[in-house]
Amino acid sequence: MGAVLAKKSIGPVRREFVPWEDPDHPPFIEFRNVTKKFGDFTAVNNLSLKIYEREFFALLGGSGCGKTTLMRMLAGFETPTTGQIFLDGQDLAGIPPFRRPSNMMFQSYALFPHMNVEKNIAFGLKQDNMPAGEIEARVQEMLRLTKLEQFAKRKPHQLSGGQRQRVALARSLAKRPKVLLLDEPLGALDRKLREETQFELMALQEDLKMTFLIVTHDQEEAMTVADRIAVMDKGELVQVATPGEIYETPNSRFVADFIGDVNLIEAKVMETSEAGTRLKAGIGGYDIDTAQTTDASAGDTVWYAIRPEKVRIHLGEPGEGTVNQAGGLVWDIAYLGDMSVIHAKIGEGDHDVLKATFANVSRMVEQPITWDDKVVLSFDRDAGVILRR
Amino acid sequence: MTRGPTWFNLTSLVLGFSFLYLPIVLLVIYSFNESRLVTVWGGFSTKWYAALLENDQLLDAAWVTLRVAFVSASVATVLGTMAALVLVRSGRFRGRSLFSGMIFAPLVMPEVILGLSLLLLFVAMDQARGFWTVMIAHTTFAMCYVAVVVQSRLVGFDKSVEEAAEDLGCPPVKTFFLITLPIILPGVIAGWMLAFTLSLDDLVIASFTTGPGATTLPMKIYSQVRLGVTPEINAVCTILVAFVTVGVIAASIVSKRQQVQRERDERAAFGAEG
Repeated sequence: MGAVLAKKSIGPVRREFVPWEDPDHPPFIEFRNVTKKFGDFTAVNNLSLKIYEREFFALLGGSGCGKTTLMRMLAGFETPTTGQIFLDGQDLAGIPPFRRPSNMMFQSYALFPHMNVEKNIAFGLKQDNMPAGEIEARVQEMLRLTKLEQFAKRKPHQLSGGQRQRVALARSLAKRPKVLLLDEPLGALDRKLREETQFELMALQEDLKMTFLIVTHDQEEAMTVADRIAVMDKGELVQVATPGEIYETPNSRFVADFIGDVNLIEAKVMETSEAGTRLKAGIGGYDIDTAQTTDASAGDTVWYAIRPEKVRIHLGEPGEGTVNQAGGLVWDIAYLGDMSVIHAKIGEGDHDVLKATFANVSRMVEQPITWDDKVVLSFDRDAGVILRR
Repeated sequence: MTRGPTWFNLTSLVLGFSFLYLPIVLLVIYSFNESRLVTVWGGFSTKWYAALLENDQLLDAAWVTLRVAFVSASVATVLGTMAALVLVRSGRFRGRSLFSGMIFAPLVMPEVILGLSLLLLFVAMDQARGFWTVMIAHTTFAMCYVAVVVQSRLVGFDKSVEEAAEDLGCPPVKTFFLITLPIILPGVIAGWMLAFTLSLDDLVIASFTTGPGATTLPMKIYSQVRLGVTPEINAVCTILVAFVTVGVIAASIVSKRQQVQRERDERAAFGAEG
């Protein structure tokens, strides 16, 4: 690490909302050296993380990476083995779930099956002994917000999956919690509905000016909704950054591989300088000239990560001045409709391929490239990232 | 490929049901017998039911039985539900298997042994035997049945529903009464009914643990039968059978209706919008 491209705000960020770039900005949620062990298994390992007010923050990772445990510790359903958790300046140690100012939307929705939609939404408000009139007003507001007005008197089993999801959301928002915790909130929805709901969630978060913390294993979901993403693996944070930074400047092979599609090229450092680094690919033996500086020294083995959409394909000779060329043979073509993925074989082994994509911008045109074509692959000096781990 | 019952199936059905219900049908028929002799048909009459109303001993016994059944079923339901909660909820703790084994042991333990051991306990405690000792004895074995029934209901219970309630500001004990109990209520009621019925027809344990002034109906019937069966006994048994049958049929109709309604609702909900 240490040598990621020193550029600010890669990818879209909300205008003037970058509290994480100010070291003096007080965090809203802070995990401080939190460890959670279940017997011999360490679910969360000495993890520190700061989340800011009004941020939409995503915890992303595969199953068993500790993301859900982290969220459940914040909600109070698990107690950290060591370490502290702060919410709005308050140490949460010893505070039971029912006194915490956060509300959670559960993966299974966890609706109360014996209560109708209205009563489900009103449940949390009643626990606070809110006057009946105010409860009624708040419930109506929530029903309107989640477009559930005509379902108010229905029981959960009389609702579709999408409607249940909205009831769960309305119920967890009704108390206007300081933080809304979303545990895989859209996992049970089909793809179309999920995408719609992602945008609804973002709009809702913007309108209510609340802090949202979402746990998900779906990288697209995290990229879509979140201001910042924490990628987790084996109970540790691997990288915490904006979606753009995570995608364009991953700090490790794990992140590069977990988010999107990537070519990971094992390479040897040939020459380092202020102006950039020269590498030699292990397979194919071609030179890679990059604008990135690295603290690796000549002779070290590194990985060069480059996204398939940043690899260009040339039939025949590429033009003058094309840097970073690798010759190959078209091995496989996947036609995905919006784009095609080409696997070009550059080495002896079956897996020694470089992936390149191109957008299918016009209809009904015969693909110019086909199986067993000899092609040249090239990429720009700043197209990829040097990774040391 | 189902084309109605085959001869084999039909025969099995008839034989099976005759085996189960012929004795009961005979008992019911002879309760309407005019004749004093139980085995000789002397014409239709309801006079034994009228006589029953005058038989204070039998009525007393019935009243004792109902009271014992009601109280012991209620206590057993509370204890059994608690045991089921511990077994399903507390995860792995030291001695869990032992505990669950011990809960279910009385289900297979011979009643004679259970009755005898309870009798010895009451004697050792110098406890006068009567209504309360029978009640305690019935609670003891009925709670195991309740635990089994409630446990099966709890196994399919989504624990995050309780967590959601707590997350929304509801303390654990309140959560139990507002959320958990209403959801497992069908299981609890079924457990109560089972406990009630078991207590109603228990003879062995009651004989061991009762004392003067607390004779239950099964004991009364049994002792009268030994002196000779009267059609009055048939009448009281018929009433008991009717009582139980109506209860069972009503319960199954209600639950069937609920299930049908629920399935219809779910189809409607998912059909209307994906």
